[in-house]
Amino acid sequence: MYRYDEFDAAMVRDRVAQFAYQVERRLKGELTEDEFKPLRLKNGLYLQLHSYMLRIAVPYGTLSTRQMRQFAYIARKYDRGYGHFTTRQNMQFHWPKLVDVPAILSDLADVEMHCIQTSGNCVRNVTADQFAGAVAGEIEDPRILSEIVRQWSTFHPEFNYLPRKFKIAVSGTKEDRAAVKFHDIGIEIIKNAAGETGYRVFVGGGMGRTPYVALLIGQFVAKEDILAYLEAVLRVYNEYGRRDNIHKARVKILAHQLGADEFRRQVEVEFAEIKKGGTLQLPAEEMARIAAYFAPPEFEVLSDASPEFDAALKDKDFANWAKTNLTAHKIPGYAIATISLKMIGATPGDISADQLDAVAQLMDNFGYDEIRVTHEQNLVLPHVRKKDLPRLFARLKELNLSTANAGLITDIICCPGLDYCDLANARSIPIAQKIQERFSDLERQHNLGELKIKMSGCINACGHHHAGHIGILGVDKKGVEFYQIQLGGSGAEDASVGEIMGPGFGKDEIVDAIERVVDAYLNLRQSDERLLDTYRRVGMAPFKNLVYREQLHAAY
Amino acid sequence: MAKVVPQILTANRLRDGEVVYWRDGNWVEAYGEAQIFPDDASADAALAAAQDFVKRNIVVATYLFDVRADGSPVKEREIIRAAGPSVRPDTGKQARHV
Repeated sequence: MYRYDEFDAAMVRDRVAQFAYQVERRLKGELTEDEFKPLRLKNGLYLQLHSYMLRIAVPYGTLSTRQMRQFAYIARKYDRGYGHFTTRQNMQFHWPKLVDVPAILSDLADVEMHCIQTSGNCVRNVTADQFAGAVAGEIEDPRILSEIVRQWSTFHPEFNYLPRKFKIAVSGTKEDRAAVKFHDIGIEIIKNAAGETGYRVFVGGGMGRTPYVALLIGQFVAKEDILAYLEAVLRVYNEYGRRDNIHKARVKILAHQLGADEFRRQVEVEFAEIKKGGTLQLPAEEMARIAAYFAPPEFEVLSDASPEFDAALKDKDFANWAKTNLTAHKIPGYAIATISLKMIGATPGDISADQLDAVAQLMDNFGYDEIRVTHEQNLVLPHVRKKDLPRLFARLKELNLSTANAGLITDIICCPGLDYCDLANARSIPIAQKIQERFSDLERQHNLGELKIKMSGCINACGHHHAGHIGILGVDKKGVEFYQIQLGGSGAEDASVGEIMGPGFGKDEIVDAIERVVDAYLNLRQSDERLLDTYRRVGMAPFKNLVYREQLHAAY
Repeated sequence: MAKVVPQILTANRLRDGEVVYWRDGNWVEAYGEAQIFPDDASADAALAAAQDFVKRNIVVATYLFDVRADGSPVKEREIIRAAGPSVRPDTGKQARHV
């Protein structure tokens, strides 16, 4: 993985010192809260419902063993013994004290981490496919470009005060596990007809109160031109993005108002200007230098058949876990293992300090010192020898991390909601937990197949409800929590925005309503259709009829 | 005439973010000890007095919220804020009573 050079190290250390001084001045009263707030936000520090919250950048979701152990240390020393992995592959601590934050940042810098680009109207931490460098069919490891984009965007003087935040995601395969079409810029690594590798650039995707699937702007951007092209997109946005209305300030509004053709035309004018200067041309040597950091580990030459693995499949629990939580690796004899952070009845994405330490040990023992955070709030060991999987599973079981539900109905994306968040209108975690409990029967889950529930506690959609096969949005109705259901969203390569079903449900009705959606699907489905496919075939009406028939009194 | 709703004044302590409530010219941590203002005039006077603590960098984000006659918050948000995350009874103010 990427290692800091002397510039990175100095930059992060300078930033820690700078923020320590800002905190000192704030506490002495030399800075007012109005002056201090933008500074703390630029360092990932929010004031939430109960306390401060610190968001730590996990660039493209990749972590080393040392970094996992440092999270455990920070959770114990400064927080309440746990952390939370977010839908942007980051880590959040919910209970830091302002006076401790400089020390936390210093401890993070010790392991090449920071909170830069986790808040504010800048280019945010870049996200990528969690199976990067491991999955078959990948054109190129998306973390190489992600790291290049990170270096270009961090402290970019022109883009430090954009109209609004700006999120970039990169995928290296046809299958989209990074929700690229729901980002301000989504980049898909592709090959053209001549067999050259380049980039397809989508612009203007997003969730929030105005959800959009991104527009295809760059059909094929050559590798050397990608930074110039991204800079051109950001220049158009920086100049014309609306600063007068926060709800219309994201690039999605500008791009969709102009339309793909006009937006592309404007980008191409800027792009031609930047190209003339020639300074943003990405040298092949520099790309190779960065790529070297992401060179795969030295894989053993193994047969894909593993007697240890095959023998373990006789164990029902292992077989169930293997069915959903393992993905084929590009190298024979290896597998990609997803560690679900969706234990039935637990908080999606939460992990205790002890679990962080224990997972770090598993990374040492079985995982080439590396782990990935997924935007679905799970962890992934990207390279595990198949013969080690039974031992890995046994250990996960002891740690209560062996839940066999990746991609199933209980693998719910869920924002912190009103239990923690200052912006939330309703709780999301307890609803996720109740849905998990209702559908905890594994046979039933397998029968339902791939079914993605995504839930947010407010319109800002951190829980990606617009992209859920079933989306749930919590709203406040005169101080009482209500939940709206959406159907038909997808954050994958077949991206779509879900459609609102109708009036919302109270917190004691929503789980029954979800069960009726699922029952409706089972009545309607043909062969092995997913719920999403059934919805796309039959539309909303049959679902709506079945869901509301039993609840005609459902509140508005 | 608008209905009179009792209110409570709250803020976060600057140093550590702790949720605090106003009581008789100072701040307390426990919701149960918060002062209940029966009308807008007394609530607004407390909010004005609290600005001195903002200026002295002791608290941030002061605001008033509505409560019922028995002192319990009208909105779920304030119930959760007063106790801690409903999914983690071992954290927040509620943990002190376990």
